[in-house]
Amino acid sequence: MNSIGTVSRPRGTVSRPRWLTVVGILGVVCMGFTVWLGLWITPPDAVQGNLARLLYIHPPIATVALYWAGGVALAGSLLYLWPRTRSFFWDRLAAASVEVGAVFSALTCTTGSIWGRPAWGVWWAWDARLTSTALLLLLELGYLALRRVPADPAIRARRCAVAALLIAVDVPIVHFSVDWWQTLHQTGTVLDPGFHLHVHGSMAWTFLLGFIAFSLIFVWLLGVRYRIEVLQDQVGDQEMEVSLAERWNEGTELVGVGSSGHHVPEGGAP
Amino acid sequence: MWREAALVAGKDLRIEARSRVGLWQVVPFAVLVLVLVAFAIGPDSASLRHAAPGIFWIAVLFSTVLSIQRSVAIESGEGTRDGLRLSGIDPAGIFLGKAAAVGLQLLVLQIVLWAGVTVLFDVRVHVVWLAIVASLLATVGLACAGVLYGALSAGLRVRDTLLPILVLPVLAPVLLAGSKAWQAALDGSSSSGAEWLRILIPFAVIYLVIGIALYGPLQEAA
Repeated sequence: MNSIGTVSRPRGTVSRPRWLTVVGILGVVCMGFTVWLGLWITPPDAVQGNLARLLYIHPPIATVALYWAGGVALAGSLLYLWPRTRSFFWDRLAAASVEVGAVFSALTCTTGSIWGRPAWGVWWAWDARLTSTALLLLLELGYLALRRVPADPAIRARRCAVAALLIAVDVPIVHFSVDWWQTLHQTGTVLDPGFHLHVHGSMAWTFLLGFIAFSLIFVWLLGVRYRIEVLQDQVGDQEMEVSLAERWNEGTELVGVGSSGHHVPEGGAP
Repeated sequence: MWREAALVAGKDLRIEARSRVGLWQVVPFAVLVLVLVAFAIGPDSASLRHAAPGIFWIAVLFSTVLSIQRSVAIESGEGTRDGLRLSGIDPAGIFLGKAAAVGLQLLVLQIVLWAGVTVLFDVRVHVVWLAIVASLLATVGLACAGVLYGALSAGLRVRDTLLPILVLPVLAPVLLAGSKAWQAALDGSSSSGAEWLRILIPFAVIYLVIGIALYGPLQEAA
């Protein structure tokens, strides 16, 4: 056990796995290439000019926010709730995914807004997809607020898993309701409903590379966030042990003082 | 399950009838929202008439949060929640009972608000059945989703601040569809209003089913 009163490096610190570093480096390299191709190599779009360059990052970010992060969070929560697969691994993975997802949802809104200013003339339009992404971000913030409430890990995990499930149920309803409410947003950019490709040449490759880059960055951030979650739990456990030991020592000292107070020294009696 | 639901609903409604928190706090708060939003919009009667359905549903939504907080608070003291859990009542029955109690209070509140928007904003509902059906469906959805989230936040010291951020984004589709259906009911276009019931129906059904299935595990987590 560590010395009492000092919280040093938690025991059994999870080492950073090598594959995670490799994924991170690959993600950054792909991102660099996406920026280079997107800003310098690809030609401006025939209709939208340089504005189209934003599309190399906006749809990939939105895909990561909605499908990758949402999918991992939902799968993690379901696997935690399922008694046979219940493990804190799934709980931490789901929590990490919601947090990274919240960052990507915020980025989706931001890049969408930057796109909207020149394309639609306003920073924020009450467009269906933009609005439902903003609501998704608010739902994710609610989950994260719930996550931060101190509780027994098992209780917190179950509560958060149910919350994630409820969010997952709500997202399609939000999407449809906002979709009917108003829509300005263009339909699918790369593939139309009949899966016909609409982007060609260097633009298509840059677009694809953007998807790969953001997906890799998502996996990297997810891994890093998962590791922080494990470390946080370990520090929490350790702090609990330290305070228990302190209380124990205080109790032992008090018992010692109490017994010495009743001690009658030899020869003290008249 | 239904008998147990009736028992729980009866208990909650009796407590409300005796404490009158809903009558003296939630209903005046809802009317206050009507007045305050009108202040924010301005005295132009055309703008107020146009905004009336939205203001109505915003007042309902905020009052739902208060009603849910009250519904959770009833069980929060003196180990009441544990007592209820140990009584052997089916969790689904507890869920249905609490949702029914909240739903009934919300319906009464909506009648008051209906009168409020009629008097304050000078609007008339032309398609009455549409307004009533939309309100009934929305109430089921609000009560079921609200009670579920109430259970999620029960037992937490921060539940009063946590509940609104958890539940309001979830209830957004009800606000949207309810406002649109009411707008159509005011304008007299029943066909366009009926479209919006297609959002309210699944919302109500989904949260009713999820509540029946998940209230038990949620109670344990609280």
